[in-house]
Amino acid sequence: MLLIYCPYCEEERSELEFRQAGDAHIARPRNMTEMSDADFEAFFFLRDNVKGLTFERWRHLNGCGRFFNAARDTVSDKFLTTYKAGLPRPDISALRPAASSPVGTAPVETYEATEADAK
Amino acid sequence: MRKYSVFAVAREAMRGHRGWEAQWTSPEPRKAYDVIIIGAGGHGLGTAYYLAKEHGITNIAVLEKGWLGGGNTGRNTTIIRSNYLYDESAGIYDHALKMWDGLSQDLNYNVMYSARGVMMLSHNIHDQQVFKRHIHANRLNGIDNEWLTPEQAQEFCPPLDISRSARYPINGAALQRRGGTARHDAVAWGYARAAADRGVHIIQNCEVTGIRRNPDGSVAGVDTNRGQINAKKVGVVAAGHTSVLMEMAGVRMPLVSYPLQALVSEPVKPIFPCVVMSNTVHAYISQSDKGELVIGAGTDQYSSYSQTGGLQIITHTLDAICELFPIFRRMKMMRSWGGIVDVTPDRSPILAKTPVQGLYVNCGWGTGGFKATPGSANVFAHTIANDAPHKINAPFTLERFRSGRLIDEAAAAAVAH
Amino acid sequence: MSGANRIPGAGRLTPAKTARFFFDGKSYAALEGDTVASALLANGVHLVGRSFKYHRPRGIVSAGAEEPNALIGVERDAARKQPNVRATVQDVFDGMKVVSQNRWPSLAFDVGAVNNLLAPFFAAGFYYKTFMWPKQAWKHVYEPQIRAAAGLGVSPTEDDTDHYSSRYAHCDVLVIGAGLAGLSAALAAAKTGARVIICDEQPEVGGALHYDKSVTIDGLDGFTWAQATAANLKRMTNVKVLPRTTAFGYYAQNFVGLNERVTEHLAKPDKKLPRERLWQVRAKRVIIATGAIERHMVFANNDRPGIMLASAARTFLNHFGVTVGKKIGVYTANDSAYEAAFDLKRAGVTIAAIVDSREKPGEGVLAEARALGIEVLTGHGVVNTSGNLRVSSMSVARNGGGAARSIAIDALLMSAGWTPSVHMFSQSRGKVAYDTETQRFLPGAYAQDCLSVGACNGTNDLQATIEESLAAGELTARASGYSASEKLELQGHNAFNWTGGMAGAAEGAGPDTTVKAFIDFQNDVCAKDIRLAVREGMHSIEHIKRFTTNGMATDQGKLSNIHGLAIAAETLGREIPKVGLTTFRAPYTPVTFGTLINHSRGELFDPTRKTPMHALEEAQGAVFEDVGQWKRAWYYARAGEDMHQAVNRECKTVRDVAGMFDASTLGKIEVVGPDAAQFLNLIYTNSWDTLKPGRCRYGIMLREDGFVYDDGVVGRLADDRFHVTTTTGGAARVMNHMEDYLQTEFPHLDVWLTSATEQWAVIAIQGPKAREIIAPLVDGIDLSNEAFPHMSVREGKICGVPTRLFRMSFTGELGFEVNVPADFGPAVWEAIRAQAEPLGACAYGTETMHVLRAEKGYIIVGQDTDGTVTPDDASLGWAVGKKKPDFVGIRGLRRPDLVADGRKQLVGLLTKDPKVVLEEGAQIVADPNQTVPMTMIGHVTSAYWSENCGRSIALALVAGGKARIGETLYVPMPDRTIAVEVSDMVFFDKEGGRLHV
Repeated sequence: MLLIYCPYCEEERSELEFRQAGDAHIARPRNMTEMSDADFEAFFFLRDNVKGLTFERWRHLNGCGRFFNAARDTVSDKFLTTYKAGLPRPDISALRPAASSPVGTAPVETYEATEADAK
Repeated sequence: MRKYSVFAVAREAMRGHRGWEAQWTSPEPRKAYDVIIIGAGGHGLGTAYYLAKEHGITNIAVLEKGWLGGGNTGRNTTIIRSNYLYDESAGIYDHALKMWDGLSQDLNYNVMYSARGVMMLSHNIHDQQVFKRHIHANRLNGIDNEWLTPEQAQEFCPPLDISRSARYPINGAALQRRGGTARHDAVAWGYARAAADRGVHIIQNCEVTGIRRNPDGSVAGVDTNRGQINAKKVGVVAAGHTSVLMEMAGVRMPLVSYPLQALVSEPVKPIFPCVVMSNTVHAYISQSDKGELVIGAGTDQYSSYSQTGGLQIITHTLDAICELFPIFRRMKMMRSWGGIVDVTPDRSPILAKTPVQGLYVNCGWGTGGFKATPGSANVFAHTIANDAPHKINAPFTLERFRSGRLIDEAAAAAVAH
Repeated sequence: MSGANRIPGAGRLTPAKTARFFFDGKSYAALEGDTVASALLANGVHLVGRSFKYHRPRGIVSAGAEEPNALIGVERDAARKQPNVRATVQDVFDGMKVVSQNRWPSLAFDVGAVNNLLAPFFAAGFYYKTFMWPKQAWKHVYEPQIRAAAGLGVSPTEDDTDHYSSRYAHCDVLVIGAGLAGLSAALAAAKTGARVIICDEQPEVGGALHYDKSVTIDGLDGFTWAQATAANLKRMTNVKVLPRTTAFGYYAQNFVGLNERVTEHLAKPDKKLPRERLWQVRAKRVIIATGAIERHMVFANNDRPGIMLASAARTFLNHFGVTVGKKIGVYTANDSAYEAAFDLKRAGVTIAAIVDSREKPGEGVLAEARALGIEVLTGHGVVNTSGNLRVSSMSVARNGGGAARSIAIDALLMSAGWTPSVHMFSQSRGKVAYDTETQRFLPGAYAQDCLSVGACNGTNDLQATIEESLAAGELTARASGYSASEKLELQGHNAFNWTGGMAGAAEGAGPDTTVKAFIDFQNDVCAKDIRLAVREGMHSIEHIKRFTTNGMATDQGKLSNIHGLAIAAETLGREIPKVGLTTFRAPYTPVTFGTLINHSRGELFDPTRKTPMHALEEAQGAVFEDVGQWKRAWYYARAGEDMHQAVNRECKTVRDVAGMFDASTLGKIEVVGPDAAQFLNLIYTNSWDTLKPGRCRYGIMLREDGFVYDDGVVGRLADDRFHVTTTTGGAARVMNHMEDYLQTEFPHLDVWLTSATEQWAVIAIQGPKAREIIAPLVDGIDLSNEAFPHMSVREGKICGVPTRLFRMSFTGELGFEVNVPADFGPAVWEAIRAQAEPLGACAYGTETMHVLRAEKGYIIVGQDTDGTVTPDDASLGWAVGKKKPDFVGIRGLRRPDLVADGRKQLVGLLTKDPKVVLEEGAQIVADPNQTVPMTMIGHVTSAYWSENCGRSIALALVAGGKARIGETLYVPMPDRTIAVEVSDMVFFDKEGGRLHV
């Protein structure tokens, strides 16, 4: 169960209070009726489905009710940051968490480990 | 390939099983193949097998990032059924179901297809309407699916609680008797062995890092961690990772990848004779031939490539299982695990050509791809060999999201796969 | 005496506190604090179970959670039978009934043991190669046989009468494991004031200090120190000590699942106590102090009862006061086993010999063995054993061959070294690293905020463990902002530092392909099986695991995984880390479903939503149906009526007189603000600017892809205030849908949304006498048709309480919907009823509502539409504002397939035989004589007997349906084909005059 920081409540709360709401920063076009079928497909159906850093929307459904954005790593499921709806994508390079390793030996390649390593 | 049989087993038993040969080999990759399949799961290995067997194309490499059968083939709850609503879906899933019956003999590998019946529980009037719609459509499509009363359902599956005092009492069930399970590893291994026997190269620990294109845009081959490998035709059959691979060819997909968890109980003596699914309370259960209760959970709500998920998904699933089968409350969870499923907007798969000449994709099976393995592999091989879809998979295009011609099992049925 | 093998003065149990229990019907004595394993051993019972595949006699291998063999059934009563319990972790309680498993007719004589003779045929994976001919035999002969052999214990067959509980907890530091390392860490963290939770799977803290009597901490005996430390921690208000509590799963963001066993050890548990409790702990930092697990030696016939881990024998002696034999052999590759021999020897037990596969054991233990007069055979191996139901001898030979010497024994202790328990670390998604020098997998790169200390971190030295743990405790507390006022110091001492260890097959396993040298006891996986798997091309450890089933038993390979890996690596000629490691997955040890479920059963499985009038309706004879979480009155059966009769009566009554209906479950959303109309313009296909305050309009909502999402009547109460209704099932998602657009796409609009579903009780009064019924109760609203026409809304009072009164109808009759604050619902219901019944009106349920609306061709979204239906398809094209520049779904609607010819359209169906009622879901064909597979052109979405029409009626989605009106189509049923005529959708009062009276 994830722990999610609601940028409106300014509090970390359990995932049970939240509902994921798909990709962030996909604005509904103003000129809907003028879009081509291909553009509509891209807007409504096609997704980057990123392996790694993704920007997504969550709603604090059983809380303040607000939609907000999050930057999350889909490999580790770690949140890098959450931010209010309407704000631009934050600069993520400053936010990457570093893993600590008290033992200096090389990691063993398990399938799962490969998963986690792949970019 | 040395034939498997009871006589071969007996002969080997007399000499300490020293004579068995490797079921598949691990060759070094060639510089070029006629066809490259990315992903050595059941669908990918099966595609190679049918390309070799039915289309005479044997110069094939199946590239696998990890170990063959290690993706969703080896992580699913092995439910097999074909009682889908739409003609298109019924067509492909029943093609597969017909192939399951006889697959062991075809592959000379016992995949343990067990037609123990898949029973889908109805809990309310809406469920009943939807199930009846399926049953009637299935009948007219020549697919078995029958309505059971609660009493008949309990007779078929004695541990089922049919009391009216349950929180969501059942008011009937739809039963497909030809549905059931199969041994997932055996499916991957059986296809691998049979494909390798026909000359297919299965190359494990080989991760594709790029898809090469000719100046005219067509596919030229792939880059891998073991070097460049050329081919005019490349089939992507990589389940959860489809988006990542297709992005290498510049194709955005209508897919989202989710974690899907499952679990098994400790093994017990036979107690559960069939497969039971309930979409209303979200539960899927059968008993393996080792005695474990095999239980499928739902997806987590967020996209992820982590192959893990939250404990709350597991507990909710068990809530539902024990509502239906209260006698299992003292059973114990022995192991839980996760896979990555890619899900399309209409919950139907994509088996199709792509905008890139020579690039084909088989994906979007969501939570229910295992059941389709032989049928999917069979028609996908046809698609690659002929550069044109088989009539069974012709509707499962990538373009349907543009035109709106969806095969919306989810919307129409509200039944999970 | 509590067993002949109890050694006076040994162990920590109290001789006076006895208990009796039954094993396979025979009564045995035990001491309080015994496990089933220690009690059986005290009574000289080693044969406890049978293995899975070969049904070989099996005994007790370990003294802990890693036990693969000694699985038993524990029965309290018929409803509380527990299969597959590890005898080594189950406490004995007085009167307990224990049964052995996987044997027939008895444990000592098991017919299934014939499998052992047939073992040559049952090689790993043999079933993939046979049972395929003849094809039909698989389903009817082979598969039933294979399945009949499945499983170990027997599933319960009655509902569990125990209950379980659940807690969530937050802490600064969670310490997993309360051995020396865990206790030290917890102490250091706790002293800073940080919130600490420390758990341990055993009844008492201490971990390895249970058996290792040579340890002293600050001059105290190690185990005594552990108990004193735990007592100290328990007194601190910032600390929670949880014994009998297993950390079973490590999830994202330091979320750890704990399983506390509360009453399983008690003879007569307090019924108020839960049997087990699930803890879900969110820890800022986690300290993993899970220790290490001793491995067995892999050699021929290493599975006989009486052959066990050296540390287990030491636990049985030093903690339980039980010797596992009278003449004991030892086979080891590690110094630790020597100490077991020393303790037993000092307790007066004969040690036949210590057989050490190494040429050079640790000098300290070797000298001590000599001093104690124990024969040590270095560079030797145990190459075989004998004894059917208990080991009786071991064959010892020099490494590399030579004559074997048989030594009589009644127990054999073994140790191949220690496997650090990296399970929790690995579950946290940390990556293990292989330490070549010590041949161990140790924590490598961390993925979460945790630290491993002690044996699970590869730290062997006692003092180093203490210091590492104290430092970790302080460090993790500091991360939460706590700091130590003084530096904690502890001084530890032990007798020997252990050296040695091996992984894989020992000499005695040989390269032979027939020797049964077990790796995985429970699943009967031998060294030869691993070699066979490799020979068959299984080169990934995952393939080897799955092919041989090594590590897939209830112990999940705690003893076997490293051996299997080492043998695979040797056979493949590759380094161990190159072969890889199978993934550690939750749970660490099996967890009861009931614990994971805890309160979520029955009524608490999912909330039941009831309307304010539920109890009154129940008293009126309502039968309820489940609609999502709601209970809705389905029909009101009177004495002697079946459902059909009740519905016919209700339908007639509504149209002839009137009826009252509980519509409270419909979703209600209050849309308020200066831009409210503009917002609804974007959300609905309809136009709202022209709707005047006091009037209502039926609205349709689409998804962006153009398909019908929900519908409902919207009333405008003021320029800036709308009362929106949704379908019952759609309420929550429509609210979410609206919020989503308001917050993220149209944030410039000044609008507030409030869910009001539960705030209003809604009573519909429908029928010619509806006005007459409510008129005496209503204040301040002119109910006349002129003042209050169809599709209007007024605010006023009914029965003296505020109401929003709608003039609207889902029946086609004159109708009102009375909205009152939910608390007043029952009183108003009763008041209306008091007016209605004397006039001959009645209450009606959802079934009648469905019939009446179908008579009028009103659709139900979700029944007559299914997520692939456009407004046009549903004959609702009129509700789509043609001049609107934008609304959700406007573009989706224009996609090629949504405007193509031949789409399925909603139409009416009239059966040629008016008495025949179609089945909902039945399929429709144009040509009934075609062969299967047939071309289906649509399906029946709604079908009813209409008492008012005196015939059956139906709605259906039919391809090109509107153009087919008047055509005859067919509904093929299993037993007959029903001819139908396509009609329009209105069956009753086609002109609609009844609405406007």
